[in-house]
Amino acid sequence: MRLDILSALNREREKRSAVAVVTPLTGEGQRLVLADAVTGDPLAEDLSRAFRAGRSRIVAHEGGEYFIDVHVPSPRLVIIGAVHIAQALAAMGERLGYDITIIDPRTAFASPERFPTVVLRAQWPEDALPDIGLDRFTAVAALTHDPRIDDPALTAALTAGCFYVGALGSRKTHARRLERLAEQGIPADILSRIRAPIGLAIGAISPEEIAVSILAEITQVLRKGEDL
Amino acid sequence: MDILKLAEHWRRAGNDVAVATVIDTWGSAPRPVGSHFVINGDGRFEGSVSGGCVEGEVVTEALDVIRTGQSRVLEFGVADETAWRVGLSCGGRIRILVEPLV
Repeated sequence: MRLDILSALNREREKRSAVAVVTPLTGEGQRLVLADAVTGDPLAEDLSRAFRAGRSRIVAHEGGEYFIDVHVPSPRLVIIGAVHIAQALAAMGERLGYDITIIDPRTAFASPERFPTVVLRAQWPEDALPDIGLDRFTAVAALTHDPRIDDPALTAALTAGCFYVGALGSRKTHARRLERLAEQGIPADILSRIRAPIGLAIGAISPEEIAVSILAEITQVLRKGEDL
Repeated sequence: MDILKLAEHWRRAGNDVAVATVIDTWGSAPRPVGSHFVINGDGRFEGSVSGGCVEGEVVTEALDVIRTGQSRVLEFGVADETAWRVGLSCGGRIRILVEPLV
Protein backbone atom coordinates (compact mmCIF):
# COMPACT_ATOMS: atom_id res chain seq x y z
CA MET A 1 0.00 0.00 0.00
CA ARG A 2 1.23 3.46 -0.82
CA LEU A 3 1.62 5.85 2.10
CA ASP A 4 -0.32 8.59 0.27
CA ILE A 5 -3.29 6.22 -0.17
CA LEU A 6 -3.21 5.18 3.49
CA SER A 7 -2.89 8.83 4.48
CA ALA A 8 -5.89 9.88 2.36
CA LEU A 9 -7.85 6.90 3.69
CA ASN A 10 -7.17 7.95 7.28
CA ARG A 11 -8.17 11.55 6.49
CA GLU A 12 -11.48 10.45 4.96
CA ARG A 13 -12.20 8.12 7.87
CA GLU A 14 -11.54 11.03 10.22
CA LYS A 15 -14.16 13.06 8.30
CA ARG A 16 -16.66 10.19 8.64
CA SER A 17 -16.75 9.61 4.86
CA ALA A 18 -17.56 6.16 3.50
CA VAL A 19 -14.50 5.18 1.46
CA ALA A 20 -12.98 2.07 -0.13
CA VAL A 21 -9.50 0.95 -1.12
CA VAL A 22 -9.50 -1.14 -4.30
CA THR A 23 -6.50 -3.48 -4.59
CA PRO A 24 -5.88 -5.64 -7.67
CA LEU A 25 -4.72 -9.03 -6.38
CA THR A 26 -2.58 -9.42 -9.47
CA GLY A 27 -0.74 -6.42 -10.81
CA GLU A 28 -0.62 -2.75 -9.90
CA GLY A 29 -3.15 0.05 -9.59
CA GLN A 30 -4.35 0.31 -6.01
CA ARG A 31 -6.75 3.23 -5.56
CA LEU A 32 -9.04 5.03 -3.16
CA VAL A 33 -12.73 5.50 -4.04
CA LEU A 34 -15.17 7.68 -2.12
CA ALA A 35 -18.73 6.37 -1.77
CA ASP A 36 -20.14 9.48 -3.43
CA ALA A 37 -17.72 9.20 -6.39
CA VAL A 38 -18.51 5.66 -7.48
CA THR A 39 -20.22 6.59 -10.75
CA GLY A 40 -17.99 5.95 -13.73
CA ASP A 41 -15.64 3.61 -11.88
CA PRO A 42 -15.02 0.31 -13.73
CA LEU A 43 -16.15 -1.48 -10.56
CA ALA A 44 -19.07 0.89 -9.92
CA GLU A 45 -21.66 -1.86 -9.40
CA ASP A 46 -19.49 -3.92 -7.06
CA LEU A 47 -18.46 -0.80 -5.16
CA SER A 48 -22.06 0.35 -4.68
CA ARG A 49 -23.03 -3.06 -3.38
CA ALA A 50 -20.04 -3.15 -1.02
CA PHE A 51 -20.83 0.32 0.35
CA ARG A 52 -24.50 -0.54 0.85
CA ALA A 53 -23.64 -3.67 2.80
CA GLY A 54 -20.70 -2.03 4.57
CA ARG A 55 -18.74 -5.20 3.76
CA SER A 56 -15.29 -5.71 2.27
CA ARG A 57 -14.99 -8.46 -0.37
CA ILE A 58 -13.12 -9.83 -3.37
CA VAL A 59 -14.74 -9.23 -6.77
CA ALA A 60 -13.89 -10.51 -10.25
CA HIS A 61 -13.78 -8.11 -13.17
CA GLU A 62 -12.57 -8.78 -16.72
CA GLY A 63 -10.39 -11.70 -15.71
CA GLY A 64 -8.82 -9.93 -12.71
CA GLU A 65 -9.48 -10.23 -9.00
CA TYR A 66 -9.88 -7.10 -6.90
CA PHE A 67 -10.16 -6.70 -3.16
CA ILE A 68 -12.60 -3.94 -2.19
CA ASP A 69 -11.85 -2.86 1.37
CA VAL A 70 -14.81 -0.82 2.55
CA HIS A 71 -14.54 1.64 5.41
CA VAL A 72 -17.88 3.02 6.60
CA PRO A 73 -17.91 5.53 9.45
CA SER A 74 -17.39 4.01 12.87
CA PRO A 75 -20.64 4.12 14.80
CA ARG A 76 -21.20 7.14 16.97
CA LEU A 77 -22.78 7.24 20.38
CA VAL A 78 -24.47 10.46 21.42
CA ILE A 79 -25.24 10.49 25.12
CA ILE A 80 -27.85 12.94 26.38
CA GLY A 81 -27.07 13.69 30.03
CA ALA A 82 -23.61 14.04 31.56
CA VAL A 83 -24.71 11.90 34.50
CA HIS A 84 -22.96 9.17 36.49
CA ILE A 85 -24.07 6.42 34.07
CA ALA A 86 -22.74 8.54 31.19
CA GLN A 87 -19.25 8.44 32.72
CA ALA A 88 -19.21 4.64 32.60
CA LEU A 89 -21.00 4.54 29.24
CA ALA A 90 -18.57 6.99 27.62
CA ALA A 91 -15.49 5.11 28.80
CA MET A 92 -16.80 1.69 27.79
CA GLY A 93 -18.26 2.99 24.52
CA GLU A 94 -14.89 4.46 23.56
CA ARG A 95 -13.30 1.07 24.22
CA LEU A 96 -15.83 -0.50 21.84
CA GLY A 97 -14.77 1.89 19.09
CA TYR A 98 -17.63 4.40 19.22
CA ASP A 99 -17.04 8.10 18.68
CA ILE A 100 -18.64 9.58 21.77
CA THR A 101 -20.43 12.92 22.14
CA ILE A 102 -22.10 13.98 25.39
CA ILE A 103 -24.73 16.70 25.49
CA ASP A 104 -26.06 18.31 28.65
CA PRO A 105 -26.99 21.99 29.11
CA ARG A 106 -26.25 21.74 32.84
CA THR A 107 -22.65 22.91 33.00
CA ALA A 108 -22.13 21.46 36.48
CA PHE A 109 -22.64 18.02 34.94
CA ALA A 110 -21.04 18.65 31.55
CA SER A 111 -17.57 19.49 32.82
CA PRO A 112 -14.28 18.42 31.24
CA GLU A 113 -13.11 17.22 34.66
CA ARG A 114 -15.89 14.63 34.69
CA PHE A 115 -15.42 13.73 30.99
CA PRO A 116 -11.79 14.32 30.08
CA THR A 117 -11.55 12.34 26.83
CA VAL A 118 -14.81 12.79 24.90
CA VAL A 119 -16.55 15.54 22.92
CA LEU A 120 -18.65 17.48 25.40
CA ARG A 121 -21.38 19.99 24.49
CA ALA A 122 -22.80 22.02 27.39
CA GLN A 123 -25.85 22.94 25.29
CA TRP A 124 -29.50 22.06 24.89
CA PRO A 125 -29.94 19.13 22.47
CA GLU A 126 -31.90 21.31 20.00
CA ASP A 127 -28.87 23.62 19.78
CA ALA A 128 -26.16 20.94 19.72
CA LEU A 129 -27.74 18.25 17.54
CA PRO A 130 -28.03 20.15 14.22
CA ASP A 131 -24.23 20.67 14.23
CA ILE A 132 -23.51 17.07 15.06
CA GLY A 133 -25.60 15.78 12.14
CA LEU A 134 -27.27 12.64 13.43
CA ASP A 135 -27.29 9.80 10.89
CA ARG A 136 -28.05 6.09 10.62
CA PHE A 137 -24.56 5.27 11.92
CA THR A 138 -25.41 7.00 15.22
CA ALA A 139 -26.83 5.61 18.46
CA VAL A 140 -28.55 7.98 20.87
CA ALA A 141 -28.97 7.24 24.58
CA ALA A 142 -31.09 9.69 26.59
CA LEU A 143 -30.18 9.50 30.27
CA THR A 144 -31.29 12.71 32.01
CA HIS A 145 -34.83 11.72 33.15
CA ASP A 146 -35.70 15.34 32.31
CA PRO A 147 -38.26 15.58 29.47
CA ARG A 148 -37.09 19.09 28.57
CA ILE A 149 -33.66 17.63 27.73
CA ASP A 150 -34.47 14.05 26.67
CA ASP A 151 -37.60 14.59 24.54
CA PRO A 152 -36.12 16.90 21.87
CA ALA A 153 -33.11 14.59 21.54
CA LEU A 154 -35.31 11.52 21.11
CA THR A 155 -37.43 13.30 18.51
CA ALA A 156 -34.33 14.33 16.56
CA ALA A 157 -32.87 10.81 16.79
CA LEU A 158 -36.07 9.21 15.46
CA THR A 159 -36.32 11.76 12.64
CA ALA A 160 -32.69 11.18 11.61
CA GLY A 161 -33.15 7.40 11.53
CA CYS A 162 -30.45 6.71 14.14
CA PHE A 163 -29.87 2.96 14.30
CA TYR A 164 -30.42 2.90 18.06
CA VAL A 165 -32.58 5.18 20.17
CA GLY A 166 -32.74 4.37 23.89
CA ALA A 167 -34.14 6.19 26.90
CA LEU A 168 -33.56 5.70 30.59
CA GLY A 169 -36.57 5.54 32.87
CA SER A 170 -39.14 3.12 34.25
CA ARG A 171 -42.02 1.71 32.23
CA LYS A 172 -44.28 4.29 33.85
CA THR A 173 -41.94 7.15 32.93
CA HIS A 174 -41.76 5.78 29.41
CA ALA A 175 -45.55 5.53 29.10
CA ARG A 176 -45.81 9.24 29.97
CA ARG A 177 -42.98 9.99 27.51
CA LEU A 178 -44.84 8.17 24.72
CA GLU A 179 -47.98 10.19 25.45
CA ARG A 180 -46.04 13.47 25.24
CA LEU A 181 -44.31 12.53 22.00
CA ALA A 182 -47.55 11.24 20.46
CA GLU A 183 -49.14 14.60 21.23
CA GLN A 184 -46.39 16.17 19.12
CA GLY A 185 -47.68 14.09 16.22
CA ILE A 186 -45.03 11.37 16.09
CA PRO A 187 -46.68 8.16 14.80
CA ALA A 188 -46.82 5.10 17.07
CA ASP A 189 -44.73 2.88 14.78
CA ILE A 190 -41.90 5.44 14.91
CA LEU A 191 -42.20 5.81 18.69
CA SER A 192 -41.97 2.04 19.07
CA ARG A 193 -38.34 2.31 17.94
CA ILE A 194 -37.39 3.85 21.30
CA ARG A 195 -35.77 1.21 23.49
CA ALA A 196 -37.09 1.79 26.99
CA PRO A 197 -36.39 0.95 29.69
CA ILE A 198 -32.94 1.25 28.14
CA GLY A 199 -30.52 -1.69 27.97
CA LEU A 200 -30.78 -5.47 27.99
CA ALA A 201 -32.50 -6.87 31.07
CA ILE A 202 -29.48 -8.33 32.89
CA GLY A 203 -30.41 -7.02 36.32
CA ALA A 204 -27.87 -4.19 36.16
CA ILE A 205 -27.65 -2.02 39.29
CA SER A 206 -24.42 0.01 39.31
CA PRO A 207 -23.76 2.70 36.68
CA GLU A 208 -21.07 0.46 35.18
CA GLU A 209 -23.44 -2.50 34.95
CA ILE A 210 -26.11 -0.30 33.36
CA ALA A 211 -23.51 0.87 30.84
CA VAL A 212 -22.79 -2.78 29.99
CA SER A 213 -26.50 -3.47 29.49
CA ILE A 214 -26.89 -0.40 27.23
CA LEU A 215 -23.81 -1.26 25.16
CA ALA A 216 -24.94 -4.87 24.86
CA GLU A 217 -28.28 -3.66 23.51
CA ILE A 218 -26.62 -1.21 21.10
CA THR A 219 -24.31 -3.99 19.87
CA GLN A 220 -27.27 -6.30 19.37
CA VAL A 221 -29.14 -3.73 17.27
CA LEU A 222 -25.98 -2.81 15.33
CA ARG A 223 -25.07 -6.40 14.49
CA LYS A 224 -28.46 -8.10 14.25
CA GLY A 225 -30.90 -5.26 13.65
CA GLU A 226 -32.65 -4.90 10.34
CA ASP A 227 -32.08 -1.17 10.03
CA LEU A 228 -28.38 -1.43 9.17
CA MET B 1 -5.98 2.21 19.11
CA ASP B 2 -6.69 2.93 15.44
CA ILE B 3 -4.58 0.37 13.62
CA LEU B 4 -4.37 2.12 10.24
CA LYS B 5 -3.44 5.44 11.85
CA LEU B 6 -0.74 3.64 13.80
CA ALA B 7 0.63 2.20 10.54
CA GLU B 8 0.77 5.70 9.04
CA HIS B 9 2.40 7.05 12.20
CA TRP B 10 5.06 4.31 12.19
CA ARG B 11 5.89 4.94 8.53
CA ARG B 12 6.14 8.71 8.97
CA ALA B 13 8.44 8.12 11.95
CA GLY B 14 10.78 6.28 9.56
CA ASN B 15 9.83 2.70 10.40
CA ASP B 16 9.36 -0.02 7.80
CA VAL B 17 5.75 -1.20 7.89
CA ALA B 18 3.64 -4.02 6.44
CA VAL B 19 -0.17 -4.10 6.43
CA ALA B 20 -1.93 -7.48 6.58
CA THR B 21 -5.63 -7.66 5.68
CA VAL B 22 -8.08 -10.56 5.77
CA ILE B 23 -9.40 -10.66 2.19
CA ASP B 24 -11.41 -13.88 2.17
CA THR B 25 -12.80 -16.36 4.66
CA TRP B 26 -14.47 -19.78 4.48
CA GLY B 27 -16.22 -21.54 7.34
CA SER B 28 -15.89 -20.30 10.89
CA ALA B 29 -13.12 -17.75 10.53
CA PRO B 30 -12.41 -15.80 13.72
CA ARG B 31 -12.01 -12.33 12.17
CA PRO B 32 -14.12 -10.90 9.33
CA VAL B 33 -12.93 -9.82 5.89
CA GLY B 34 -11.35 -6.38 6.14
CA SER B 35 -9.69 -6.99 9.52
CA HIS B 36 -6.25 -5.41 9.68
CA PHE B 37 -3.00 -6.40 11.37
CA VAL B 38 -0.01 -4.06 11.08
CA ILE B 39 3.62 -4.97 11.63
CA ASN B 40 6.71 -2.77 11.74
CA GLY B 41 10.34 -3.50 11.00
CA ASP B 42 11.10 -3.96 14.70
CA GLY B 43 8.56 -6.80 14.83
CA ARG B 44 6.00 -4.74 16.77
CA PHE B 45 2.41 -5.42 15.79
CA GLU B 46 -1.20 -4.34 16.48
CA GLY B 47 -4.58 -5.69 15.41
CA SER B 48 -5.40 -9.24 14.37
CA VAL B 49 -6.28 -11.48 11.44
CA SER B 50 -7.29 -14.51 13.50
CA GLY B 51 -7.83 -15.39 17.13
CA GLY B 52 -4.07 -15.35 17.64
CA CYS B 53 -3.55 -18.65 15.80
CA VAL B 54 -1.60 -17.43 12.77
CA GLU B 55 -0.35 -13.97 13.74
CA GLY B 56 3.13 -15.28 14.56
CA GLU B 57 3.46 -16.70 11.06
CA VAL B 58 2.09 -13.49 9.52
CA VAL B 59 4.72 -11.43 11.36
CA THR B 60 7.46 -13.62 9.87
CA GLU B 61 5.98 -13.27 6.38
CA ALA B 62 5.49 -9.52 6.90
CA LEU B 63 9.15 -9.01 7.75
CA ASP B 64 9.97 -10.81 4.51
CA VAL B 65 7.50 -8.62 2.60
CA ILE B 66 9.20 -5.53 4.08
CA ARG B 67 12.58 -6.92 2.97
CA THR B 68 11.52 -7.75 -0.59
CA GLY B 69 9.02 -4.92 -1.08
CA GLN B 70 6.62 -7.40 -2.74
CA SER B 71 3.02 -7.99 -1.62
CA ARG B 72 1.88 -11.57 -1.18
CA VAL B 73 -1.29 -13.49 -0.37
CA LEU B 74 -1.15 -16.07 2.44
CA GLU B 75 -3.67 -18.82 2.99
CA PHE B 76 -4.26 -20.65 6.25
CA GLY B 77 -6.51 -23.62 6.84
CA VAL B 78 -6.97 -26.22 9.51
CA ALA B 79 -3.83 -26.88 11.55
CA ASP B 80 -1.71 -29.60 9.98
CA GLU B 81 0.70 -30.69 12.67
CA THR B 82 2.49 -33.29 10.56
CA ALA B 83 3.45 -30.64 8.03
CA TRP B 84 4.67 -28.34 10.83
CA ARG B 85 2.40 -25.60 9.57
CA VAL B 86 0.38 -23.27 11.71
CA GLY B 87 -3.34 -23.22 11.12
CA LEU B 88 -6.75 -22.43 12.50
CA SER B 89 -8.07 -24.76 15.16
CA CYS B 90 -11.62 -23.56 14.43
CA GLY B 91 -11.65 -25.38 11.09
CA GLY B 92 -12.09 -22.29 8.93
CA ARG B 93 -9.83 -21.01 6.18
CA ILE B 94 -8.61 -17.48 5.58
CA ARG B 95 -6.68 -15.59 2.91
CA ILE B 96 -4.53 -12.68 4.00
CA LEU B 97 -3.01 -9.97 1.81
CA VAL B 98 0.31 -8.71 3.18
CA GLU B 99 1.53 -5.44 1.64
CA PRO B 100 4.55 -3.29 2.31
CA LEU B 101 3.69 0.33 3.13
CA VAL B 102 5.80 2.32 0.70
